[in-house]
Amino acid sequence: MPPLPFPESPPLNWYLILSAILFALGVAGFLFRRNIITVFMSIELMLNAVNLSFVTFAYKNGKNDGHIYSFFVMVVAAAEAAVGLAIILTVFKNRQTLEIDEVSSFKD
Amino acid sequence: MDSIAFLIFAAIAVACAVSLVLQTHPIASALSLVGVMGALAALYLLLGGEFIAMAQLIVYAGAIMVLFVFVIMLLNAGTERKAHRNLWAKYAGLPLLAGLVGLVIYTLRGAFAGAPAVRFGAFSHGSAYEIGIRLFKDYLLPFEVTSVLVLIAIVGAIVLASKEIQ
Repeated sequence: MPPLPFPESPPLNWYLILSAILFALGVAGFLFRRNIITVFMSIELMLNAVNLSFVTFAYKNGKNDGHIYSFFVMVVAAAEAAVGLAIILTVFKNRQTLEIDEVSSFKD
Repeated sequence: MDSIAFLIFAAIAVACAVSLVLQTHPIASALSLVGVMGALAALYLLLGGEFIAMAQLIVYAGAIMVLFVFVIMLLNAGTERKAHRNLWAKYAGLPLLAGLVGLVIYTLRGAFAGAPAVRFGAFSHGSAYEIGIRLFKDYLLPFEVTSVLVLIAIVGAIVLASKEIQ
């Protein structure tokens, strides 16, 4: 069997780089998308990317504090999803649209 | 072996995240997000976080995504309309973002060079038992505060969603 072109076990950096890539994709979705629900899902993607960093650093430090922080992030994300989706429902009831560009009455 | 598992699940996560950003229909985006969360759960397992991996699957891929899909179905959200974009966002957005990612990768490339590589099974403090001990001993106050936060969120969501607007 030929030797692998990469190390046997992934270095710590790989996880952090993956986390950075996922976070950047979340930022891209947040900035470029027009649908309010997709924008909200991009925020969840960013939270997930940060969770990956937490768990990676927990591995590095050999303690499970990072796991507990990421558990709290999950709880806050659940609360945020409940309230955020309720807000989206209310916006839709008022405006009959999900386009964020059309919900701009504060601008005028 | 660990590297191969990491690369497979990292590829799935990145592919699903790209799909989330590029799909125009919200349901397709939501299913892509489920894929990202499943792949991340597998990566947590590789890092030794058994409890977090299961919580990720149950809370994120289960509960939160069901909420999303439910709202998408309820609002009958269709395909996104093409909107005219700011010229800056159109031409400078992606290069700037790629530059940001490149900068972060460049910074991280040499960081933690002395840290040991991630081996499956080397980290053994991620079980539900150990997390529970820490959670109810050292992190008791944040845990209780979180319960108040969740209660406020439930009440707030019900009030917001059931309010009649004239």
